[in-house]
Amino acid sequence: MLKGRAFKFGDSISTDHITPGRLAHLRSNLPELAKHVLEDADPTFASKVKAGDFIVASSNFGLGSSREHAPLVIKMAGVSAILAKSVARIFFRNAINLGLPVLICDTDKIDDGDELEVELAAGTVNDITNGNQLTFSQIPEVMLHILDEGGLIPYIKKYGDFRL
Amino acid sequence: MGKTLAEKILSQKSGSDARAGDIVIASVDLVFAQDTTGPLTVRQFQTSRFERLANPQKTVLFLDHAAPSPNQGLSTDHMLLRHFAQQTGCLISDIGNGVCHQIVAESLAKPGDVIIGADSHTVTAGGLGAFATGMGSTDIAIAFGLGKSWFRVPESIKVVVSGNFPDGVYAKDLILYLIGQIGADGATYKALEFSGDSVNTMSMSQRLTIANMTVEAGAKAGLFAADKTTQDYLASQGRDNHYQPVFPDVDASYEQTINIKVPNLEPMVSKPHTVDNTAPVRELKGTKIQQVFIGTCTNGRREDLAVAASILQGKKCHPETRLIIAPASRQVLLAAIKAGYIQSLIEAGGVILPPGCGACLGLHQGVLGDGESCLSTANRNFKGRMGNPEAFIYLGSPATAAATAISGEITDPREVM
Repeated sequence: MLKGRAFKFGDSISTDHITPGRLAHLRSNLPELAKHVLEDADPTFASKVKAGDFIVASSNFGLGSSREHAPLVIKMAGVSAILAKSVARIFFRNAINLGLPVLICDTDKIDDGDELEVELAAGTVNDITNGNQLTFSQIPEVMLHILDEGGLIPYIKKYGDFRL
Repeated sequence: MGKTLAEKILSQKSGSDARAGDIVIASVDLVFAQDTTGPLTVRQFQTSRFERLANPQKTVLFLDHAAPSPNQGLSTDHMLLRHFAQQTGCLISDIGNGVCHQIVAESLAKPGDVIIGADSHTVTAGGLGAFATGMGSTDIAIAFGLGKSWFRVPESIKVVVSGNFPDGVYAKDLILYLIGQIGADGATYKALEFSGDSVNTMSMSQRLTIANMTVEAGAKAGLFAADKTTQDYLASQGRDNHYQPVFPDVDASYEQTINIKVPNLEPMVSKPHTVDNTAPVRELKGTKIQQVFIGTCTNGRREDLAVAASILQGKKCHPETRLIIAPASRQVLLAAIKAGYIQSLIEAGGVILPPGCGACLGLHQGVLGDGESCLSTANRNFKGRMGNPEAFIYLGSPATAAATAISGEITDPREVM
């Protein structure tokens, strides 16, 4: 079970909000890059987020660039899962490849700062603060296998190839 | 039931009967990364303990986003990529050659190919009839090693474009209009397949502009079936035309059909800070612009510079508006010099940047000041995109950009043509 606080974000949080191009020179210095996570959406996020917390966003989270550094710095910040109404395609795949769960659910029912418990296997989000229980859409099977192995690199190391 | 272009290509490359919704493993004809995604790709490749590339001649590293490098961190990344190319025998396109998607179009992509790149605008090659899509560094690293990847076969939306372009209206206006209609997630996980009599008369440059921006509607691919224009383009690039043309079936199944009548279109812009925040240029009249940027994988081709030069020739940029121009490739720059476009643009007050991506993503050159506004021919206007979250970016065609550079405020190009 994953447990933490909700950090709410709105619609259309782009990869430029998460890790802007002006910081491209830090992409081989990940600990430094991670200090700026989501800086252009909420400059205080990096200093407030704690291990286990959740990003709770609205629609089309992660749109834009293919830069995998976006989910990578979110993971490095300790975020245990991203909950959103919808997520951009490349970001979704990148997050799963890094072993970072992305869960599609009705995030309007969660408020900023709510304490959440997520049961990945059961597909549920319990909002401890307001008592709501939400269910999230099933992650496609091929991605679930990758997530189960902790990401695409451990998956390929284990199987040596894709297994459908 | 027949197949869409996406289903046809993914069937061929996976050796299966691929239908929308299926998960397939397909071989890739080209796999690439660039200098901001490549270093992580190389590290993930090494972590995966691959001993060699599956196909060094189908693997490319592009040094284009920071070209030439503006700082120590990116110079070190460039060294890493050059060293990796030397070690593995993959192709490398060094600084000055141009933007990866333009080089892919000029020199590498063929109709019917499956192409993946660690850059979201990999969809550009769909203009040539390739199934081309962006992925992240880890997916690309695995494809470096295995020569294949997994794909969910996308549902397709058919976009039927008909009629002739009115004066002052271009492919950029069409794609901005479409994105405004369907939204920035209107085609998420889907392919946009373009057809109609307007497409038949569109140049390769225009098709590449449209395919390039399909990702701004969330699309996985933007596809144009190959035709004589494609064949002529490949021939003009001196490329042997050994490809199997792939066409959608007439009875293919589309999730929906969108009809666009080009004669009804007018010059369009995307307003800050999302691409789907579109409006006709005339509604923005009077908006002061401090910088005009013409270039990128969207609109940095010869045709684009020709349009801009024809408007700016013999005129001057507004004294409070600077104009910067980044040709998409070395080939484009040379052709634009030969045709006199570069001279016209410089005489009008323009500054020519080396071929590359830097200004578009705020990496270097053309970074905006606090509160400044830019009219850009690029594909993204997200907050912070051009290096400053306190700045504002409007997207438009090269004609709109040139007209705006002259007047210093957003201007419908039909007023100056």
